[in-house]
Amino acid sequence: MGFMKREERFNIMYKPNNLILRTTTSLISFILLGFAIYLLLAGHNSPGGGFVGGLVTSASIILLYMAYGKNSVDEILPINYRLLIPIGLVIAILTGAGSFLFGVPFLTHTFGTVELPLYGEIELATAMLFDLGVYFTVLGSTITIILSIANDKKIVD
Amino acid sequence: MTNDILILTENILDSVTILCLVGISISLILLVYRVLSGPTNADRAVALDAIGINLVAVAAFVSVILVTTKLNDAILLIAILSFLGTVAIAKYLEKGVIIDRDMD
Repeated sequence: MGFMKREERFNIMYKPNNLILRTTTSLISFILLGFAIYLLLAGHNSPGGGFVGGLVTSASIILLYMAYGKNSVDEILPINYRLLIPIGLVIAILTGAGSFLFGVPFLTHTFGTVELPLYGEIELATAMLFDLGVYFTVLGSTITIILSIANDKKIVD
Repeated sequence: MTNDILILTENILDSVTILCLVGISISLILLVYRVLSGPTNADRAVALDAIGINLVAVAAFVSVILVTTKLNDAILLIAILSFLGTVAIAKYLEKGVIIDRDMD
């Protein structure tokens, strides 16, 4: 290759791939999923909650889509994201209406402490169930929006 | 004597934090100018990445001023979203599409 001009050599060797992105995605995506679960569980008495947890989960899945392409990720994660929106809304409504069973107003929440054998005492709140509904709704709507925008072009060839 | 030294270091910490916050604010204004009038799109991409890093620094200094650790999750979240945005812009500049159909 020593006798070629610089542009010719550049044209031969230059083939765009995203090897670094794929290698780092397989690491970062799972860190993001763990961080999303942490944000979802820490929601009711520190920063976090269902909304941010859903956003971080959708960021992780969008990172997978950016690295591996649409067809591959559709095979890996065969989830209908439109179906997650009504599931999340039904969970949120049932959590709110569950307070009628105890004769208190709509969306009343409470908490209690549970003793675990090795871990100690943990605090469980019913606001986390409502956060779960928010989580599914935000996850479904965000990925539906981004994939709809990304796939609006028709296949030419 | 030791009490005086402690008060002195506390004052130094406060003033240095305010000074750094002012410097990062000036840097943010200059970076917004670079985003608005960058000659090429690569300049805008680099400026947006630097804006993300400066936002992390602003959140860290605010958490120093407010003496709290509740902002650590927000700092991590800003860094993650800034990384995702930089990846998306870089892929758009290089290949023209952000989410392509197939693995090439």
